[in-house]
Amino acid sequence: MASSEFAVEMQDIVKQFVTPEGGILAAVNHVTMQIKDGEFFSLLGPSGCGKTTSLRMIAGFELPTDGNILIHGKDMSQTPAFQRPINTVFQQYALFPHMTVEQNIAFGLEMKGVSRTDRIRRVGEALEMVRLPGMEMRRPKQLSGGQQQRIALARALVNKPEVLLLDEPLGALDLKLRKEMQLELKTLQREVGITFIYVTHDQEEALTMSDRIAVMSKGLALQIGVPEEIYERPANKFVADFIGETNFLDGVVKRQNGNVVEVDLPGSGVVFVESSRKFTNGQQVAVAVRPEKLTLNSEIKDGNNLKGRVEEVIYIGTDTQYGVRFPGGQKARVREQNTSFAHKSIAKSGDEVMMSFTYVSPSLLTE
Amino acid sequence: MLKYFRGKKNSQLIGLMSPGALWILLFFNLPILIMLFISFVERGRAGGIKLPPVYTLDNYILFFNSCASDFAGSACSPFLYLGIFGHSIRIGLVVTFWCIAVGYPLSYFISKQKQIWRDTLMILVIIPFWTNFLVRTYALKQVLATEGLINTLFMNIGLINQPFDLLFNEFAVVVGLIYGYLPFAVLPMYASIEKFDHSLMEAAADLGAPPQRAFWRVMLPMTMPGVVAALVLVFVPVVGAFITPDIMGGGKVEMIGTLINRQFGVARNWPFGSAMSLVLMSLVLVGVIAYFRSSTEETRRAM
Repeated sequence: MASSEFAVEMQDIVKQFVTPEGGILAAVNHVTMQIKDGEFFSLLGPSGCGKTTSLRMIAGFELPTDGNILIHGKDMSQTPAFQRPINTVFQQYALFPHMTVEQNIAFGLEMKGVSRTDRIRRVGEALEMVRLPGMEMRRPKQLSGGQQQRIALARALVNKPEVLLLDEPLGALDLKLRKEMQLELKTLQREVGITFIYVTHDQEEALTMSDRIAVMSKGLALQIGVPEEIYERPANKFVADFIGETNFLDGVVKRQNGNVVEVDLPGSGVVFVESSRKFTNGQQVAVAVRPEKLTLNSEIKDGNNLKGRVEEVIYIGTDTQYGVRFPGGQKARVREQNTSFAHKSIAKSGDEVMMSFTYVSPSLLTE
Repeated sequence: MLKYFRGKKNSQLIGLMSPGALWILLFFNLPILIMLFISFVERGRAGGIKLPPVYTLDNYILFFNSCASDFAGSACSPFLYLGIFGHSIRIGLVVTFWCIAVGYPLSYFISKQKQIWRDTLMILVIIPFWTNFLVRTYALKQVLATEGLINTLFMNIGLINQPFDLLFNEFAVVVGLIYGYLPFAVLPMYASIEKFDHSLMEAAADLGAPPQRAFWRVMLPMTMPGVVAALVLVFVPVVGAFITPDIMGGGKVEMIGTLINRQFGVARNWPFGSAMSLVLMSLVLVGVIAYFRSSTEETRRAM
């Protein structure tokens, strides 16, 4: 089946829409990405970032203004949706309300001309797979949201597509069911070995499920990588901010010595950050560091130390969050895990503390 | 609707319903009972009925056997009236077919426009209602006449030497009826199509259905309630139509409506007219109920 190691390739894709005012809007702006065969790939971004438009172009519901879409090495940029070896799980499921569950799931097989007996057998198998056996004669309306979701999944997977597209399929489910379905989807994907392309605006969902993630914003793919890379080494401020929480400490590069960059945080002190990138002296940078990578101490520790004052203490169950302000005006949030029962706050509001972090935990971001 | 009424007291309910109910009782149900009575008595010499009433089944027998009349000659064909009845049903089916075949794509087209255009186009569909039906029919007659718009145009640009016979035939009647009843088909179908969730067509395409198959398997079944409503709203009045066949057919096209109309006019045979009306009504009613039974079952499952 695979004539290429990539299930889907988007080559310099542009999609422009004419706005009601007559202007031109680039929903997707020169996006290139390669999705490996058998991969769980997520398109992550806020609404309007172009992730759904990208998915719709892969499905064939929209044709790109420019660029090519290859599916297993074959150019399908202009192939209509019904001829593509791809199936979709829609956000609102889009189950056919006038058909039974069985007719819904069998629809794709029927279009392919699969015989009736084979259809019935495969529908049964698909229902087993989504753990809803015996639901053949129900109508979509008689099912709960979670059940409809599984039927939509079965209806797509029964066709054994080369690629399965999922457009925020868990968006309508409540939190608990959502978490369950995330794990289930991931397991299912490993079992069937089909390439999944998953659209979501939920960063946690993307981190949990994906082999790789593309973070999108304003029609651009800002960073493509494995979850650890995206989280630990964000490529820019947007990615750092969108995925999880990040403190940005604005500063200026003083000097760079090999991999060690010395950054002056005006009025608050100097920090050292390990980075393989090259910076010029005097360059404006942001030291981006996650709240959980920071610690509060009464004395100086190994690594970087910044003296500041605690402004607020917020207890949030698993953690306590401290807001610290530095003499130069910069602020940071620090998270300390509440490891013991009757955990006592490390510091209280107004205390003077030392905030410490290692040389490797921050990223230096310029944009 | 029902939910609204359920919360109301019975007295309020009766109060709300009584003007309409009274109207229907007085001007619809009562006249039907009068017609039922008239259909079972002998005709009067100058129209009306013979007094005191003489009860008879002859009016119904005459409908099913047109030779049962005193005036029937030796070359009488017994199925004259039944034939006209059948012919009316055929015209009804043809007109209904075309109204739906033209109206469905039109409704679809309108539903796909932007809000402002949708409203404008729907008003354009409804505007003909504001003109008197007779005036509209006469206007159409002028378009189709021998020296009318179409023939004059075609003659002048030299496409034809002889004018087409567009008027006073079945074609003219069918065109007139389609013209008159198209809005009745568009309105309910538009209501159905507008509600249709077009993402279902994407789902069908996604599952490998070419556009045509997606239409037959998904869109048409789901918009069927509108099509059924259009079918009833067009078919029932068209089968009984008498103004259009009269004007457009020029007396050459006989439909059950014109036949009934004549019994209350020049033929002065009220009892026979009443009998035919009742036969027409019951047959159409049976047909419509049967169709509704089968299709609502389908649509109920669809909804």
